[in-house]
Amino acid sequence: MKRTAVLLMAVLVAGGLVWAQGLLINGAGATFPYPIYSKWFDVYHQKNGSLQFNYQSVGSGAGIKQVTEGTVDFGATDGPMNDEQLKAYQDKHGSAILHFPTVLGAVVPTYNLSGVSGSLNFTPEALAGIFLGKITKWNDPAIAGANKGVSLPAGDIVVVHRSDGSGTTYVWTDYLCKISDEWKSKVNKSTSVNWPVGLGGKGNEGVTALIKQTPNSFGYVELIYAAQNNIPYGTVRNAAGTFVKADLKSVSEAAAGAAKDMPEDFRVSITNAPGKTAYPISSFTWLLVPSKIQDNAKREAIKGFLTWMLADGQSYAEQLSYAQLPKAVIEKEKKAIAKVQ
Amino acid sequence: MGGRLRWRKFVSNFMLTLTGVCAGVSVAVLFFILGYLLFNGGTSINWDFFTKLPKPVGETGGGMANAIVGSAKLLAAASLFGVPIGFFGGIYLAEFSGAKMAGVVRYAADLLNGVPSIVIGIFAFSVVVRPFKTFSTLAGAFALGLMMIPITLRSTEEFLNAVPRMLREGAMALGASKWKTIATVIVPAAYRGILTAILLALARVAGEAAPLLFTAFGNRYWSQGWNQPTAALPEMIFRYAGSPYEDWHRQAWAAGLVLLGFILIINILARTILARGIAAPRA
Amino acid sequence: MATANPTVQSAGPISGSRSFLSKLREGDEIARLITFIFAATVVLITVALVYELWTSSVLARHKFGLHFFVSEAWDPVLDEFGALPFIYGTLVTSAVSLLIAIPLGIGASIFLAELAPPRISDTLQFFIDLLAAVPSVIYGLLGIFIVVPMMRNVIYPALNKPFGFLPIFKGPSYGVGMLTAGIVLAIMVIPYIISVSREVLLSVPRDQREAALALGSTRWESTWKVVVPFARTGIMGSVFLALARALGETMAVTMVIGNTPKIAASLFAPGYSIAAVIANDFTEATGELQTQSYIELGLVLFLLTFILNGLARILIIVTTQKGSKVSN
Repeated sequence: MKRTAVLLMAVLVAGGLVWAQGLLINGAGATFPYPIYSKWFDVYHQKNGSLQFNYQSVGSGAGIKQVTEGTVDFGATDGPMNDEQLKAYQDKHGSAILHFPTVLGAVVPTYNLSGVSGSLNFTPEALAGIFLGKITKWNDPAIAGANKGVSLPAGDIVVVHRSDGSGTTYVWTDYLCKISDEWKSKVNKSTSVNWPVGLGGKGNEGVTALIKQTPNSFGYVELIYAAQNNIPYGTVRNAAGTFVKADLKSVSEAAAGAAKDMPEDFRVSITNAPGKTAYPISSFTWLLVPSKIQDNAKREAIKGFLTWMLADGQSYAEQLSYAQLPKAVIEKEKKAIAKVQ
Repeated sequence: MGGRLRWRKFVSNFMLTLTGVCAGVSVAVLFFILGYLLFNGGTSINWDFFTKLPKPVGETGGGMANAIVGSAKLLAAASLFGVPIGFFGGIYLAEFSGAKMAGVVRYAADLLNGVPSIVIGIFAFSVVVRPFKTFSTLAGAFALGLMMIPITLRSTEEFLNAVPRMLREGAMALGASKWKTIATVIVPAAYRGILTAILLALARVAGEAAPLLFTAFGNRYWSQGWNQPTAALPEMIFRYAGSPYEDWHRQAWAAGLVLLGFILIINILARTILARGIAAPRA
Repeated sequence: MATANPTVQSAGPISGSRSFLSKLREGDEIARLITFIFAATVVLITVALVYELWTSSVLARHKFGLHFFVSEAWDPVLDEFGALPFIYGTLVTSAVSLLIAIPLGIGASIFLAELAPPRISDTLQFFIDLLAAVPSVIYGLLGIFIVVPMMRNVIYPALNKPFGFLPIFKGPSYGVGMLTAGIVLAIMVIPYIISVSREVLLSVPRDQREAALALGSTRWESTWKVVVPFARTGIMGSVFLALARALGETMAVTMVIGNTPKIAASLFAPGYSIAAVIANDFTEATGELQTQSYIELGLVLFLLTFILNGLARILIIVTTQKGSKVSN
């Protein structure tokens, strides 16, 4: 009895001790950029042993919610906060929340078809039709028409989407709204929508896992998830009529136009961008940083990280299949960091 | 008549054998689970698992040291919160209270016991996370502690009531006041059963992930102090199992093995303590 | 009570025959007060929990009213929320789990109570109790990596090919789905059915069995036609207990149900349960209405389990008391 009590006390004391490793900064949000954030925070911690950025990949929806509630120090999202959400934050905290783009990524259509290891071509109509539940079989003419020479099975398409509030969903539905009026009127765009069909996976991770494990499945994930897990992903026909595969070049091209006219608050959509070889389902992803941070140490730490992220951090993007931010955007952001007070 | 009897006897033997099969299957599931975990988890357990922090996404290696410590902290704090409430509350029920108050307390405890763990998580989020504006070990411990209260309370009451009258009356005859009797005679006599209940309560909350989702939240690093988010084994298992990375799956198995091993050991320990001690009423 | 207490005795009931002051001096009143505070805390916490659930769901309750229970919408864009798909998923998975667990569980409990010698019965019960101790996440882990592939490769073909015309077996197989969740739940609730049923069966007085046997019934007949009916209410109580557990099960279900808030006739279809949707979505509910809708769901779940647990307890007590009354 006595021994267990002593043990209990020891654990309590040990648990309460500061491990002499300084400051913990908590963030939560998008799963879209999780691989690169995870890398960044790890590298940054190696450089600054006293700073730890604890990022939980829980989906953009949760990121927006938690940073608004104030339960985390920063958020992350690939679906920019809408005016209503911005107002909610302003009303609650008396100050604004700022968007800081970090990298460019792509949402790719990915699938699990036995015998098909290469890239299938998808027209916008095919993508909308599949997710509306109107195209149900893999060998439907809408898909087969763009993939002559590939033998598609006759099986049912198992659609996989996100079950949680997701910026990746926002990007995907934003694109579908632009290319399909039916989608726009029936489902519209948001981080969380009323899906006509499909299974729900939690996070990009969950969707990837489901696709990997379920034959004949079809879903959308951020590029690196497909690449890292060796599942094939398809090309998408862009506004200029070319079937483009997502890669650094095609994603950067999609952002080229937006970089010139970037709004002050950095909220912009680059889906279905013009450009001969632009990838149509690309997106910026943002960190959500409060404009007023009370804790001096945390504020300096976050501003320091943002500065590093815009400089050295960008060089880590490409190895993880994210495209670097356009120079114009970086310059603008460097100035915007001063807004965090 | 002979044929009919033979049929009935056949049916009897057949059905009874079937019940044996049912029992066998049920027990076999346990061993299957253990075996599977041992096979998949055992090969993944290495020194790194216990000592290293998680690695960035997609990279192999790393471990769950922070989750193990996190779980330990959560359980320690949860016990500190839940056990005294349950224990002293149980003493009140067994020794001091009148019938009406006892009924109310028991009813409340049973109600609390039946609350689904996810709902406890909602409550803890509203009461601890929101006001303090942070996810924390405290919030997680609060949720888990709540779940420990009913079990501790009911068992304390039961085992105290089971202590023979003679011990009680003997102490009082010697002039001891009520609280002295309780503290020096009755509780020590019932301590085995009470300890068992506490251990079982601990084993039950050790595996809970649902209430931690909104309270402890998770942490890729060491959680310092009590007011920061923390990783915990059940929460890591949930996260890693739902991911597409083989390495994370491997680690989830290992964590499952460690967690289940811990829980089973406590269960077995608890039941052997009870078996060796004073005969207690059936729970 | 013979106490060598020299303080002035005041007239009064026996237990209060010593004055308050003397009791205070001896610490009894303090002890009573302290333990009372702890016991009252339990009541306070429980009240606070119910209160919190009730008041934090007020927006949703007022906006949707009873319509909440029959609406299928779950549209964050339009702010329309209805609980029907989740109630459906919760009930279906629980029903499936009971369909599997009841025969197995009752069969096993009959074996343990009637046939097995006491030592074997106790040992097996010990293992069954350990099965009940396995946490939900681990069942989820096993569900993802064992039951889901098994569903896809073995169970689905076995059921869909011959019976695919039935609405409950129609449609494609995803691996995850309501049947998968039901199977995992079944494994989780069997121990509850077994341990409680075994106890109520053991409490059936001997003479019931002996009377049946004396009249010439076989072992099985005496068990099935006399003992089990006698313990019927208690066994039903164990089922209610199991059901209450199944309804509230979160992690294991979340990991294998497919996370789709839709009502489908087929058991192979993905679905969603109340506990699973709260676990997945609560931390990201944007807007007060959505958050409160999740809390209302939590309230619904709480009420369901509360009623079931209460019923279960009554049934079990009734049976065990019946047993002791008859044997006297």
